[in-house]
Amino acid sequence: MPDARNSILATLRASRDAHPLTPPASDFAPIDAKRWAPEERLPRIRRLMEAVHTEFLDATEADWPAVLRGFLAREGVGTLLYAPATDAGKRLVEGWGKGPLPPREREGTHGASHGEGEGHAGHGSPDPCAAPHPSQASLGLLPSPGTGEGEMVRPTLIPYDRPIEDLKPRLFGSIDAGLTDSRGAIAETGSLILWPSAEEPRSLSLVPHIHVALLRADALYDSFRQAMNEQRWADGMPTNALLVSGPSKTADIEQTLAYGVHGPKRLVVLVVHP
Amino acid sequence: MAHEPTDFAAASRAALADPQLRGNFRRAMDGLTGKRAAQFPDPAEWHGVRALAASVRLRALAKLPELLEKLEENCTRNGITVHWAATTDEANAIALDILHRVDARLVVKGKSMVTEEMHLNAVLEKNGIEVLESDLGEYIVQLDGTMPSHIIMPAIHLNTKQIAHLFKRRIKDAESREDAAYLTDLARRVLRAKFEAADVGMSGVNAAVAETGTLCLIENEGNGRMCTTVPPVHIAFMGLEKVVEKLEDVPPVISLLPRSATGQPITTYVNMISGPRKAGEKDGPREVHLVILDNGRSSIYADPELRDTLRCIRCGACMNHCPVYTQVGGHAYEAPYPGPIGKILVPQIEGLDKRGALPHACTMCNACVEICPVKIPIVEIMGRLRVEAVKPGGAVKDAGAKASRTEAMVWSGWAAMNASPTAYRIATAAMGKLGNAAPSSLPLLKDWTSVRSKPRFAARTLHDLARAKGIPDA
Repeated sequence: MPDARNSILATLRASRDAHPLTPPASDFAPIDAKRWAPEERLPRIRRLMEAVHTEFLDATEADWPAVLRGFLAREGVGTLLYAPATDAGKRLVEGWGKGPLPPREREGTHGASHGEGEGHAGHGSPDPCAAPHPSQASLGLLPSPGTGEGEMVRPTLIPYDRPIEDLKPRLFGSIDAGLTDSRGAIAETGSLILWPSAEEPRSLSLVPHIHVALLRADALYDSFRQAMNEQRWADGMPTNALLVSGPSKTADIEQTLAYGVHGPKRLVVLVVHP
Repeated sequence: MAHEPTDFAAASRAALADPQLRGNFRRAMDGLTGKRAAQFPDPAEWHGVRALAASVRLRALAKLPELLEKLEENCTRNGITVHWAATTDEANAIALDILHRVDARLVVKGKSMVTEEMHLNAVLEKNGIEVLESDLGEYIVQLDGTMPSHIIMPAIHLNTKQIAHLFKRRIKDAESREDAAYLTDLARRVLRAKFEAADVGMSGVNAAVAETGTLCLIENEGNGRMCTTVPPVHIAFMGLEKVVEKLEDVPPVISLLPRSATGQPITTYVNMISGPRKAGEKDGPREVHLVILDNGRSSIYADPELRDTLRCIRCGACMNHCPVYTQVGGHAYEAPYPGPIGKILVPQIEGLDKRGALPHACTMCNACVEICPVKIPIVEIMGRLRVEAVKPGGAVKDAGAKASRTEAMVWSGWAAMNASPTAYRIATAAMGKLGNAAPSSLPLLKDWTSVRSKPRFAARTLHDLARAKGIPDA
């Protein structure tokens, strides 16, 4: 409504000019003072994110596709959606078929900790797979054919290569996990920086039940402000930029924390060490 | 939207008589105040970041008209369509126009207090459009047919048992299980199908960045991302005060909002939207609309004292720390914004005639001012509104609505008595003699004594006692 626009702006301008306001200077020092030694950043990020049920895997540039494949196979994940035109997507495909699958872990190690209290988190656990997570049934995962008899199945890769309109039924129905890259992480709050693009769609980190994000161990920042300044965000924002600090959660029912309400039930950070 | 006068006193009496409700609020508020305190262990950090956040909000208000124009310009350049609404009726009409044009049947909504202000859901339903709140708390409240009782935790007035019963009654195939994880999962299953099918997603805005034309939304559940990512059209609603100048102004606000609101270091998602789906992108809405709502805010802005009301970042910490809110809960206020911020904001938007009781629902204990992350002088504004309510011709809508000849006479008598030593002596002596004899059921006195015992007047004044001890009058 153009009339509304002009009259609102005219009213505001007249009021402001009648009673100008001199704001105090913005001193960002209290935020910029939040610094950590480079070697403290990753442990801090890990501690903060694990406190809200994020899981961590460690890998190198050479072996991360295999590490991821092993993890997903152990977890009984049948399908992984990925961005085929990104560097990470290309590396994933290259590394997917190589190497043997890890031996199947003994029964009961995984996928059966649903219902344990939320205080029972895998804080500092050396084995990220030991962190509690909901059972497959509650993840809505279909049992992968062939996982019952000690034989590991390579999860199927599904490229996100078409508009969401053509992918919606699978995206909401049968896809278990999504893989994205990240632009680093923030030590102050334990947050990943996601930067979706034409090649890496936004819903990849949102709709699948498990979101796996790559994090380069040398792309760590102290604060949100430091990250946005060093990466020069103000020069050009993408359609959608995100900070993600854990799997989806809610405390709307009597302040009881519950994970996986609308977004991913699990967030797995795959740390790629140089 | 026309508003009916509300009766805060009656509503709070009803709330006070409900031990379940009071227990639910007491537990929740104690938990929240404790978690918030744990997030601010270092007073220097709190004072520093708080001063910074306040400066960010004040700078935005100092440049408000220019920043709104810049926001519009940059949003438009990014492909976001900007709409302006002077009233909630206009905002609803804008929303309906868009919905009709795209032939929308199903709308999913993320949390937005501005749309509560607009009563948008009722308008959409009247127009045959299905609208579904997707924030879990909002979804619960919508199923229950009530209003949010807290701006951050809308269903805080209900406990797990009550929610389990509600779900059993309202959701097909729901089991009767008093288990938050089960109930959450049930809502997930219902709502994912709706996200997939929705024609339009709606959301609020936590901060809109003029410099880059970016809408920032924070949330924990992912429903906000669903609403702004999956449906082909996204409509965002913001009060005109929500603009900030620069992108770097966002971190201080994000640093204080979740810590103050729920005692989290940060919300799970910080969602920054700078446009619809671009050519070549595979998802995101094809249209993004931003509706900028005035609804009385430009009048609040006109008064240099009341203007501070517009600093608010809607963290809800003031209600968590308010002794009145904790006792009576959010519904007693019968307003989209309850608690201290509601007590100053709602009367200014809806008028002192209908909402004149709200600024009085306060003990002036100052707890809200102490914890406000952007240093809003809530109690000072409350005092100002009390004056406005009895001062015809004042700055606020319906100023003078509560003016009463009796009260004016009492105060002028009081002033005259205190201005003359003789009158003061006579009056206090008379008070000592007659005050105790007056029955507590006397007309004006009754209002006070109905919930308090009548004070006993001393037989002799302090002056008398001092004189008797040989201390001369000053």
